[in-house]
Amino acid sequence: MNISLMVNGEQVEADVLPRTHLVDFLREQLGLTGTHLGCEHGVCGACTLRLDGVIVRGCLVLAVQADGGVVETIEGLSDSGEIADLQAAFIARNALQCGFCTPAMLIAAQDLLQHGGVPSREAIREHLSGNYCRCTGYQAIVDAVETTAQAREASR
Amino acid sequence: MPAWLDGAACLPTSDGNEKGERRVKAAAFDYVRASSVADAWALLARHGAGAKLLAGGQSLLPALNLRLSAPDILIDISRIEALRGVTVSPHSVRIGALTRHADLLASPEIAAHAPLLCRAVAEVAHPAIRSRGTIGGSLANADPAAELPACTLALDARLHVEGPGGARVIASRDFFTGLFETALHPNEILVAIEIDRQPASVCGFAELARRSGDYAIVGLAAHGAIAAGVWTELRLGYFSVGTRATLATHAAGVLTGGGTLLEAAAALEHDLQPHDDLQASSATRQHLARVLLRRVVAEMESAA
Repeated sequence: MNISLMVNGEQVEADVLPRTHLVDFLREQLGLTGTHLGCEHGVCGACTLRLDGVIVRGCLVLAVQADGGVVETIEGLSDSGEIADLQAAFIARNALQCGFCTPAMLIAAQDLLQHGGVPSREAIREHLSGNYCRCTGYQAIVDAVETTAQAREASR
Repeated sequence: MPAWLDGAACLPTSDGNEKGERRVKAAAFDYVRASSVADAWALLARHGAGAKLLAGGQSLLPALNLRLSAPDILIDISRIEALRGVTVSPHSVRIGALTRHADLLASPEIAAHAPLLCRAVAEVAHPAIRSRGTIGGSLANADPAAELPACTLALDARLHVEGPGGARVIASRDFFTGLFETALHPNEILVAIEIDRQPASVCGFAELARRSGDYAIVGLAAHGAIAAGVWTELRLGYFSVGTRATLATHAAGVLTGGGTLLEAAAALEHDLQPHDDLQASSATRQHLARVLLRRVVAEMESAA
């Protein structure tokens, strides 16, 4: 099936099988391997990306469903500089170890930070509760998100 | 995680790729997009039992990836805009079946006229799933562990369905007929949920889950009214306590009859036949159902 969509600001035309989910399409047909696949049934959150401005589980959206849509992956968010401060805070706080969950963790955190203000640590934990990290643990990740929120609020 | 996913990941349902790695991939299917409800009926009629409707896909896609479901064709109804949105009339609130969980959370009309749904939807999975999942999809899927079927029971909602033979309205208490089973006929589509506006009402909600966003071990959605310290109306919708969302009519009857909370909790054994699974035994669920009743009713009484 032919689909046409915007991926990280570039118009893409492609032929996909209906059963191909969005992340397989991005990774295998477009070579965008920053979006990761963990469980592939919506539990781990490693495949989190933005579709039409909101975060989704990339493994729970078919590529054909994204036809006509606007997809933003970690590659796009990194290149645009939108989350450069958040990425720097992750490094400063040691908020990643193996890095497998990190792209999705950054995108989910940015989804919360976009609302503005400084969310409580409980609110940060709740917003990231669908993203599993199996090595660093969550304290440093919450630290990095909180630090970024405070810095953004201070520079307003 | 619902009972039907327990252990599913170890079933031999995955494809191996060229490197021999085992992965979780859906079997092949065709895909077609419906442009209207009538178009969806025509597609259902043409493709028969091998067809499955796709709304938000947040329960269907996991089932496909795990090959617990293998339809011949998906009929994508998610772009039928007429089925999305909240409309408030003088006596009721109508929610289009394709209204997403995130839409409900953000809706001032829902906050004002059906706050129980706000409470419940905040506990449904996570933001990246609430952005796609729909109320109609959740109800038609009829997962016994899902929050929204129990909410429709507590709210005494009316479910509007349409098929080629015409439209009909099904009371929520008649809609959920069994494990993932509803009163929908094969060619019918759930189009809207209607809830009466009940200005003097009070609602309560609680669920117990191991982690935030997980399916509940036991949950309770409650709605009622109190006048001069007496329950005049009360509906207790339990979920994750058996094969389907269940109204605890005996326990509610004790309270509206002037009985104590302790007596109501004891009456729950006549209402619920909870299942056993890896998370909790039937007896534990029955105990937790009593715990939730005490918490939720106390909260509602103090709010009234």
